[in-house]
Amino acid sequence: MALRAFAISTKTGIGAAALVVGLILAAVCAVLTRAEFGSGLGPADWSAIRFTVFQAAISAVLSSLLAIPIARALARRQFPGRGLLVTLLGAPFILPVIVAVLGLLTVFGRAGWLNMALSALNLPTLSIYGLHGVVLAHVFFNLPLATRLMLQAWQTIPAERFRLAAQLDLTPRAVFQSIEWPMLRQIVPGTAALIFVICLTSFAVALTLGGGPRATTIELAIYQAFRFDFDLSRAAILSLVQLALAGSAALLALWIIPSVSMGGGQDRPRQRWDARGGVQRIIDILAIGIGALFLLLPLGAIVTRGLAGILLTPASVWQAAGTSVGVAMVSIAVLLVLALPMAGWIATAKRGSVEAVGLFGVAASPLMIGTGWFILINPFADPVALALPVTALVNALMALPFALRILVPPLRDTVQVYGRLSQALSLTGWPFWRWVALPRLRPQIGFAMGLTGALSMGDLGVIALFADQDRTTLPLQMYRLMGSYQMEAAAGAALILLALSLGIFWIFDKAGRMNAEA
Amino acid sequence: MLKLEQAVITQDDFSLRADLSIEPHKKYAVIGPSGAGKSTLLGALCGFVPLAHGRLIWDGRDITDAAPGARPMTMLFQDNNLFPHLSVMQNVGLGLRSDMRLTADDRAEVESALSRVSLADMADRKPGSLSGGQQSRAALARVLVQARPFVLLDEPFAALGPALRNEMLDLVQQLVTETGAALIMVTHDPKDVARIADEVIFVANGIAHAPEPAKELMDNPPPELREYLG
Amino acid sequence: MKYLTLAATTFLATSAYADTPELVVYTYDSFVSDWGPGPVIEKAFEQTCACDLRFVGMGDGAALLARLKLEGARSDADVVLGLDTSLIAAAKETGLFAQTAVTADYDLPIAWNDDSFVPYDWGYFAFVHGTDLTPPANFKALADSDLKIVIQDPRSSTPGLGLLMWVKAAYGDEAPAIWQGLADNVVTVTKGWSEAYGLFLEGEADMVLSYTTSPAYHLIAEEDATKTAAAFDEGHYMQIEVVGKLAGSDQPDLADAFMQFMVADAAQTALPTTNWMYPAVMPAEGLPKGFETLITPGKALLIPNEDVPALREEALAEWLSALSQ
Repeated sequence: MALRAFAISTKTGIGAAALVVGLILAAVCAVLTRAEFGSGLGPADWSAIRFTVFQAAISAVLSSLLAIPIARALARRQFPGRGLLVTLLGAPFILPVIVAVLGLLTVFGRAGWLNMALSALNLPTLSIYGLHGVVLAHVFFNLPLATRLMLQAWQTIPAERFRLAAQLDLTPRAVFQSIEWPMLRQIVPGTAALIFVICLTSFAVALTLGGGPRATTIELAIYQAFRFDFDLSRAAILSLVQLALAGSAALLALWIIPSVSMGGGQDRPRQRWDARGGVQRIIDILAIGIGALFLLLPLGAIVTRGLAGILLTPASVWQAAGTSVGVAMVSIAVLLVLALPMAGWIATAKRGSVEAVGLFGVAASPLMIGTGWFILINPFADPVALALPVTALVNALMALPFALRILVPPLRDTVQVYGRLSQALSLTGWPFWRWVALPRLRPQIGFAMGLTGALSMGDLGVIALFADQDRTTLPLQMYRLMGSYQMEAAAGAALILLALSLGIFWIFDKAGRMNAEA
Repeated sequence: MLKLEQAVITQDDFSLRADLSIEPHKKYAVIGPSGAGKSTLLGALCGFVPLAHGRLIWDGRDITDAAPGARPMTMLFQDNNLFPHLSVMQNVGLGLRSDMRLTADDRAEVESALSRVSLADMADRKPGSLSGGQQSRAALARVLVQARPFVLLDEPFAALGPALRNEMLDLVQQLVTETGAALIMVTHDPKDVARIADEVIFVANGIAHAPEPAKELMDNPPPELREYLG
Repeated sequence: MKYLTLAATTFLATSAYADTPELVVYTYDSFVSDWGPGPVIEKAFEQTCACDLRFVGMGDGAALLARLKLEGARSDADVVLGLDTSLIAAAKETGLFAQTAVTADYDLPIAWNDDSFVPYDWGYFAFVHGTDLTPPANFKALADSDLKIVIQDPRSSTPGLGLLMWVKAAYGDEAPAIWQGLADNVVTVTKGWSEAYGLFLEGEADMVLSYTTSPAYHLIAEEDATKTAAAFDEGHYMQIEVVGKLAGSDQPDLADAFMQFMVADAAQTALPTTNWMYPAVMPAEGLPKGFETLITPGKALLIPNEDVPALREEALAEWLSALSQ
């Protein structure tokens, strides 16, 4: 690296990162200040930690590996419905946990479609409950996300590389080794670390599909410490364990990622000349087919259940939907303010390790953040009045690592390819963002904004700790319906939630890609 | 007057020493074997490669640590001289205002620069839809509006055909003559030297030699240069 | 201009309320939902009190208590509605609750003589199942059967904790053996009641831990008579939900009035078909039609409030070790 100065100032980025760490640590400290009788971690907590790490590791590895063939197939095939499928990839991730679990059970449950088919064929039925069920659900949540991240990486490989490969008549194996493998080495570790961290905070999915207290995760232990034992010091210690695990996973992954650029291209239209052979075609058809079935069957179940209930949803659901959309928009704005400077800082840093900071947002227990900020706000203001702003902020924090994963690689390329030219033209600071980074990253920024909006829509998060009658978000309203036996209306609310989330995702994603051919 | 005083540029285990002056309004060719450090020398002048020792002085001011954009020079690289997502007008406009707030006068200036390089009707096109020669002209239009005292060329026309390349070199020559800028140009081709250069900076064996008048040097090269010229 | 009008309206509305006293009631989430008792009760009480009643909903009973502990004496709440018998001892220990003179002619299976908390509804825990199934007569028969049940985690759910207490109250030291017998019947354990009930309705289990009153919802609100509860001959554990006044309330008289209102006819008539529990005081017109079809346990089980904290630790350890194998 010969560059002495960078086109991007790192100060704002470091400030944003410090803010993120500060917000989370302040919550943990606040909880610690209220801890009266402290107990350390018992054997039950250690076994929860072991189980958590184990299931998260398997889920992360499987989700990332399975995403590779699907992303590759989607990257090199065009077929009717491809755009819709790519949009739907965002769906499972943003669903409230219980909705997704019920959708999965409609397919894989004891009375689900799979077992109905098996028993019709006189085959033994399968039980979803157990470690494999936990992993299945986590793969359902995260495989589509991993696919989206990798698909995006595939599409940033300059068309010139594939042209060269076609010219040299490289075999599929050689194309993989020379073009795709170097890209995957950059993308897969980060994706896997991200999924690992998401699965670290899993609670309801792990418990429900794990089949019982064997599947106790750290988050459940935190929950227990808060409400069963009211042992705040143990809750805080467990939260710190969660953060430490996430931090080490992130550092490890980011350390593995080689810091090389994919190189620039001339933004020629992408075209693939390889993979025309029969075997490659069959592999791709299988990957897309199986992936789509795994994704669409549970989603179909959710839609079917929801259609029946949509007429039963009361007006308050629509009101809550409006609130949720508002919260989502604020989250998106907060995210941009945090993520862009941070991405700029990370992209110009020698090693990307600082990206680990971004993972704090998902690694922190929502219960811990909510409680900590409740303690901090309570002496000065009515926490209930601040419920929606706090929710928007926390949702933005949760989306931050995804946004960074999306923004950092292309920004790093942009800085490497156009940094020198920009500096020669004194394009630094805001003008660099305005004229170089933002236009070049428009598709990624749109994707990140859409994902944040959708994530924010679907998150129950801290609102449950702060809410009153008048300030409810759609997921909370859905849970309230379920709590009042209104399962059908709740399914209707879930469908509205799914449609709105996907709608927000689609609009931003589309706006980002529109006219982005340059 | 631009002076490299006792300068040493190091990159990993490579190092290049230079102690030379560049005068305004003259045209210099930088020649030497591949890997000798010609691009590194330009990078150091432009601020992309730091000096390990020594100073860079311009008109008595020490600009050793000045940011690239704050130096009295403009440079065309071997590639990626234009932003593919911006129009030709925007790319050239960046040379005037890095915040792109172009006034009517600025726009007129960009337009006249574009006419000067015969791209008047291409202002709204993106670089991807231009030919190689047109892309080079667009970059030259920017050099024109930047109007810096020194213009550095790191073989930006290497990919063009001989006729087109000569056309570009002639255009460059006209432009620097019009603006009164000094030209420092890396080249491999002795014919380019004959075509343009007043003086030659020969780079070899870790040393960037002080400029010498082109004609005398090429007519009567020292042994190292003779070996390079073949 | 639109915003200006909006701001003006909000301002006027706020100043109009400024003279009206506000009563803040913390309660659990499902109480304030559209189908819950919240809206009905708010409307009825505000007609009598010339005040503004504000419900703040949060999680469930245990979440309520945790919130109160966090807020301590600074709490904005005047009244807490929705703690149950298993939380009363822990709630009293906080010293945040005031004594109350509110009382009523309770219609509970046990005598009520707590001086801080007023019961407003109650129910029995029970396993709910489809009418096409022959239910087991007790826990032992359930353990011996192939029936699949879904239950809630006692660490995160009130009914889950209720089930722990139920087995403990019925079997005492024999409880671990009962849980070991039940281990293979438990399909899964969920975070809360909603998840478990949802799984049951999806057909994931034959029975779900809920209340004897749950079938009344299906019968009355959905005209669906296919759900019923299994009567266990060792008796059913009770859950009594209570309302209490905070010592730090700035509206103590209004708080008393609200608690009195909760045991008066208007509220008691509304509760059975909104909260789907038995009224604590029998309303003048009796139980709603449909409640007569519900099973009535022969024996009501309840561990004394003050014994709960010590017992639940022990019961949880037994439950964890039996189900973790």
